[in-house]
Amino acid sequence: MAGTGSACLVAGLLTALYAATASLYGARSGRRAFVVSGRRAIYCLAALMVTATVILQSAFLRSDFSYKLVAEGSSTDTPTFYKVTAMWATQDGSLLLWALLLSIFTSAVLFLTRRSLRELAPYATAVLGVVAAFFLFLMVGWENPFSAVAGPVPLEGAGLNPLLRHPAMMIHPPMLYTGYVGFSIPFAFAIGALVTRHTGADWIRATRRFALIAWTFLGCGVLLGALWSYTELGWGGYWAWDPVENASLMPWLTGTAFLHSIMVQEKRGMLKVWNVSLIIATFALALTGTFLVRSGILESIHAFGASTIGMQFLVFIAVVLVGSTALVVSRLGDLRSESRLDSLLSREAFFLLNNLVLVALCLVIFWGTFFPLISEAAGAERSVGPPWFNRMTTPLALALVLLAGVGPVVAWRRVTLAGLRRVLIAPLAFATVVLVALLAFTNAVESLPALLMFCLVGFVLAVVAQELWRGASARRVMTGGSWPRALSELVSRNRRRYGGYVAHAGIAVLLLGVAGSSAFLDQKDVRISPGQSFRSGDWTVTYERPTAQLGGDRAGTGAPISFGAELTARKSGERLTLHPSRNYYPTQDSSKGAIGRYFEGEATSEVDVRWGLTRDLWTAVRPDTSSLAGPIREANRRFSGANGDVQALAIAAIVERYRTDPPPATFRTLVSPLVSWIWIGGAIVLLGALIAVWPSPEARVRRVRSLYKARLGRELSGT
Amino acid sequence: MEYALALVVLIGLVALVVLRPLITGERDDGAEAPDRAELEAAKEAKYREIRDAELDRQMGKLSEEDHRAVDRELREEAIDILRRLDAVAGKASKP
Repeated sequence: MAGTGSACLVAGLLTALYAATASLYGARSGRRAFVVSGRRAIYCLAALMVTATVILQSAFLRSDFSYKLVAEGSSTDTPTFYKVTAMWATQDGSLLLWALLLSIFTSAVLFLTRRSLRELAPYATAVLGVVAAFFLFLMVGWENPFSAVAGPVPLEGAGLNPLLRHPAMMIHPPMLYTGYVGFSIPFAFAIGALVTRHTGADWIRATRRFALIAWTFLGCGVLLGALWSYTELGWGGYWAWDPVENASLMPWLTGTAFLHSIMVQEKRGMLKVWNVSLIIATFALALTGTFLVRSGILESIHAFGASTIGMQFLVFIAVVLVGSTALVVSRLGDLRSESRLDSLLSREAFFLLNNLVLVALCLVIFWGTFFPLISEAAGAERSVGPPWFNRMTTPLALALVLLAGVGPVVAWRRVTLAGLRRVLIAPLAFATVVLVALLAFTNAVESLPALLMFCLVGFVLAVVAQELWRGASARRVMTGGSWPRALSELVSRNRRRYGGYVAHAGIAVLLLGVAGSSAFLDQKDVRISPGQSFRSGDWTVTYERPTAQLGGDRAGTGAPISFGAELTARKSGERLTLHPSRNYYPTQDSSKGAIGRYFEGEATSEVDVRWGLTRDLWTAVRPDTSSLAGPIREANRRFSGANGDVQALAIAAIVERYRTDPPPATFRTLVSPLVSWIWIGGAIVLLGALIAVWPSPEARVRRVRSLYKARLGRELSGT
Repeated sequence: MEYALALVVLIGLVALVVLRPLITGERDDGAEAPDRAELEAAKEAKYREIRDAELDRQMGKLSEEDHRAVDRELREEAIDILRRLDAVAGKASKP
């Protein structure tokens, strides 16, 4: 079936190019049949990409090692879940995933706008067709996921990179890519709006939901990456300001700014240049994010292999930036604001401020991420580390949370100072209570930024609670009924507004976790033998005994060997038993020997975390396996030619030796306050996004009515 | 061989689907006139703004005085959109 898969890619490339050409020709010549044909071509592209993906997935599930991708990224003992997700662990598979998601998203938006945006949609189709063609061109020309292995088909594959054998990591790439791809929809419609000079808010209304979905998925992807880092990488943090992490955060930041500023354009006809610039930047950053993961141009703990398509990506990003900027400049006359800012005390003014802070944050991260390249070009390669990022981003994050609190209480157009005072007094009072409580009962004063953040989080939560309460009260005055009913009706009739407020609360809660866990982290690194203890925060941790397991590792990753430890943590009557371990995966390197290859391949930390609302206890172990070097050498010498059962017995004996005669092991423990609130905050943001993206009952009625009108029109014109 | 055969079949199937509108002359006639669709969307958005301002007043974010001024501006803008909609409808109904 590999031939059929490759044929899907070539047919897909031709179809995408046809979609772009037919749509452009149809729009230019006014021959609408070509526009319809171009749209149908996009639907066909989606079908081709689904077929290609099914063929590749089936190869992974069957462990068909005649596919180079399957031989390099899977093995017969890889658990089924990881076989299904191994496709996007590779560069070729990631490109196919991009093309698949793009074709589905494009089909969805073209289907939804098939009866509207007649002039603009064909140009958007052309842009999306070109983007799809670019990814297919990369696969057809350089990174074909259906390539066959060179030489004889191996009996066993290399297996999935052990670091990627983590549930969060397997969901993380599709989430990120859905986010990246989703932003290509508003980008394409913005280009269509510029070309056709229809620079009103129509393109925004048509694609706002796609932008919101993209933002949500990208945010979830970033958070899942952080969760993976926290529970898999073994260093204890969730964010290292790593280039690949930053690359996914930057489009999310500009996307956040875009989602806010488009509201100003929708309501006031302002910020048109800013909005098209933001979506162009977001799309270019999304492409950069895809490129950075595998390019190898910047050192990253998340970069998996060097790319052969770096130059092509750079050229495409340059074309997108130069072409889009030229188009914006040529349309400056059409992008003039329809109205002016009435007052600095208005929601649009606060949205503008929030946008400036978000873009500043993005620029700071961009500068820090690419500083090694910039400094190298200037003569001496240097890099900036987490302290620089923390120093530069903390004031901006504080400003952002403050604005997230003030923004919702300010009305559009104008508000008087007296009015602002009236709506801010209760949240400010609550923030003051939080401050007094923190000063009186905690050591939060030791970190001024964290103390400020805690107070601002209190302020934002109070604002959101006040908004819900006041809104529900107003609703009750109008319609009567109970509080829960009034609240539910209020939210359901104003989904966008209240979904946004819930998302603000989620971000505040998330930043509460970031501030607490960054400022008050307690980390210990010790090397001890069984029976010895050490202090970590309030806990006394004892290394009870070593653990050694052959097969069936706790995390279900398929690791054949796992060495670890049983720890007991005690604190004022509380007692916990923890089992951190380290998994060992065999290498295909025959120079390590028939037995040694099981111990000297890649190894991953399987940390044991006890989650808590106030603090997490996080433990990791790094067993010292140097004492096994002698027995492994001896086993290599004696059992190289033995059959599999004998070799398995030899491996089991060495594993057992670690358990019965353990050397000291190195442990890292973290007592990390409030870290759980990061994940809880993320879940609240997701809830807010779901509320905002869900169609309101009125919108559903309007859509049904407009479909009915369209059908009636067709029937009447047919008679 | 499999590759060539699959390519021919796939391109044939795609051509069957995408060339049909060109052969039958199918057009997206169901689509609303562009001006009208845009104005309808602008009208809905303006109505939503008026409702939002009213909610802001009820919640105490806008004083009575501020609300009166904002509401007046919004209604003037809504009337302008309705006039343009009428003009588009009038143009469409002319024989």
